[in-house]
Amino acid sequence: MVVENTIDTFDSPPEERIGKEKYETDQMWIYMGPQHPFSHGLWTLKVRVDGEIVTDAEPVIGYLHRGWEKEAENRTYPKIIPMADRLCYSASMTYTHLYCMTVEKALGIEVPEKAKYIRIVADEICRIQSHLMWLAAVGTDLGNLTIFLWGMREREYWLDLNVRLCGQRMTTNYPRIGGVRNDTTDIFDRDVMRCTERFEKALWDIINMIDTNSIYVSRMKGISYLTREQCANLGITGPAMRGCGVDFDLRRDDPYDNYEHIDFEVPVLKEGDTYARYMVRIEEMFQSCEIIRQAVRKINALGKNAPYRLKVPSKVPAGKTFCKLEDPRGESLMYLISDGTDKPFRLKVRAPLFTNISASRPMVKGVRVADVPAVMAMIDVCMGETDR
Amino acid sequence: MVSSMKDWIQYGDPMSNAYYPYDTYNVVYDIGFEVYQFLGGIVAWLINLLIPGNWLSEWLVSDAVVNAFAIIILALLIFLVIFVGVLISLWEERKVLGRFMDRRGTMIGMKGFMQCVADGLKTFMKENTMPKKIDKMTYMWTVSLVIGTSVLVACMLPLSDRFYIVNFDSGLLIVMALYALAPFFILVSGWSQNNKYSLIGGMRAAESMISYEIPMLIIVCSVAVLSGTFNIGGIVAAQNESMWYIIPLFIGFIVFFTCACAESERSPFDLAEAEAELVEGWQTEYAGMKWGLIMLGDYLRGFASCAMISIMFLGGWNIAPFASDAVNGFLPEVVQLLKGWFIFFIMIWVRVALPRVRIDQILNLGWKVFMPLSVINLVIAVLLKVGGVF
Repeated sequence: MVVENTIDTFDSPPEERIGKEKYETDQMWIYMGPQHPFSHGLWTLKVRVDGEIVTDAEPVIGYLHRGWEKEAENRTYPKIIPMADRLCYSASMTYTHLYCMTVEKALGIEVPEKAKYIRIVADEICRIQSHLMWLAAVGTDLGNLTIFLWGMREREYWLDLNVRLCGQRMTTNYPRIGGVRNDTTDIFDRDVMRCTERFEKALWDIINMIDTNSIYVSRMKGISYLTREQCANLGITGPAMRGCGVDFDLRRDDPYDNYEHIDFEVPVLKEGDTYARYMVRIEEMFQSCEIIRQAVRKINALGKNAPYRLKVPSKVPAGKTFCKLEDPRGESLMYLISDGTDKPFRLKVRAPLFTNISASRPMVKGVRVADVPAVMAMIDVCMGETDR
Repeated sequence: MVSSMKDWIQYGDPMSNAYYPYDTYNVVYDIGFEVYQFLGGIVAWLINLLIPGNWLSEWLVSDAVVNAFAIIILALLIFLVIFVGVLISLWEERKVLGRFMDRRGTMIGMKGFMQCVADGLKTFMKENTMPKKIDKMTYMWTVSLVIGTSVLVACMLPLSDRFYIVNFDSGLLIVMALYALAPFFILVSGWSQNNKYSLIGGMRAAESMISYEIPMLIIVCSVAVLSGTFNIGGIVAAQNESMWYIIPLFIGFIVFFTCACAESERSPFDLAEAEAELVEGWQTEYAGMKWGLIMLGDYLRGFASCAMISIMFLGGWNIAPFASDAVNGFLPEVVQLLKGWFIFFIMIWVRVALPRVRIDQILNLGWKVFMPLSVINLVIAVLLKVGGVF
């Protein structure tokens, strides 16, 4: 027989025989990933299915492991910056920022005001383009290519802004230890204002396409509930956590780099389902536009001749430093141990997705196979930072 | 009755053939007949010039040979029409999808049309790979049968009352019967591939297709009630006398359109394919030209569904709902094709706007919404017929 070879039979405990008392069906493990079209990057989710219903799941990571942390130990501090943006190509600016911030903290220096605001603008551009790529991926995961292409089209405008700012589209090697590489230009200031205005209108097009569409809403609403307790226990952070009713954002509650001087709201929804996580990210994009506008005004108020970069020593004093930042996907942290040389002794990255992925088991348990891509899209998978 | 092919092709003039199954003038067969008469005549004349009074020339222009070659040319013509029709549907899909998605679609050669031809050739040249541990016989046969039923569906649908292959009195029922065959083959094909994605894809396809088959059949019946016949030409003629059936049977039109999307595995009901969750569903293990033929079959089914909608609800090859025969007789084949492509355009529109539904949603929709609606549609048709409106 052909199929008998492929189906594993399990003696499932009674509570797993979903509503079936007299007979039980064969359950089988399905590999979703690493080459599966649903997995964003080299990620595997093993799901055990009873017919179409997922009864168990097991995330498998490590297919993209590049030894990033070990590699960092063999480079001098400035030379790690172009490596930091390779951690996640869609959150490259925040990772470079985080690395620079960690080293600055270890050096005990304060960067100029202007550099802080420029970093805020760069971070928020990064957040918007990352969320747009997530939105595009949601479209394809639910089987619609239009949202993908519309999302990617909008993303291009933000990537163009990255080019204006630092000459690169995605792997932006822009923040420096002690500031940023270059000042903003008049063209950038003008374009960033235009882009935010244009984007807010364009985003409404995409939102109208999704929110007025009963199939989209029915695919997302009421699926894969997570509670606040589960978030705490699993260590989920970022929009996935704020969609479950936890009102916490590092930018507001533990501000870094002048975020305390900027007015913005942190979107929080208490539903805890897939739709809430979607809405949180959409609202975050609007808030990011607001932050960018305020930050650009502050940059302009500081004037053209304000300093944007400091001279820093090449050797970091010995000690342990710990720094954290709100990444588009959650809280990313870096832990630096320096031994007084020009190379780090140890550089540990805590990627938000490494923990968020651990939530995939409670999230997909009980949903249908068709919902797995939709549910997993809402934690916005990026394997570069997870496997490092 | 027809006992063999040989009996069937004994007549020089197709209209004097007692076994000739058509009761009206069939332009395709006539073209085939005349083309062969011309080409075969030249060949016979040339041979006769070289060797006067030979048997070969006489045999080439004999009734039986002329008829046989006329049928072969008819088959080629039909193949060309179907093939070009599907290619244009493919091109339409790519261009319209592109425009909706804010891009240009295919661009190379004749506004992108040649890209479809090139893709077809590329698929044709691909290696015919096959997994090792499959049930080879079932694997090959089922896919052939799926494509075969799609082609048969397309062959059953006429372009006009003179351009068709066969004209059965129960034509519409035969089309529905051919539609009903595919889910079985897809299920078996999904099983034979020894692949979990394919197995689930096959089961899904069978589930969804069977649940959408029944509302479709009920709506076909309500159309038959109004027109008094299952003959496709008869249905179009009945609409020409009264009005297009989209007006009295609007519910039926909506339900049939949705069911047709589901039947031809088009978005938002492309659960059998489902690349996001099941790789490619039951088509996962089909590579190269086998996959190309499946795609061709899919488009064929899609376009055949559109042609059926055009015939049943939009007056087929009639130009206007309330027009005289003189107006309606203008370019009937082109009118029918254009209507088909218009409905296909709406299908593409739906594909652009909607994501894929879930299997429980699709089954709920099929059994709990479309089933009652189609019965209501039948009741409306019966009341209209009994009331003497039609």
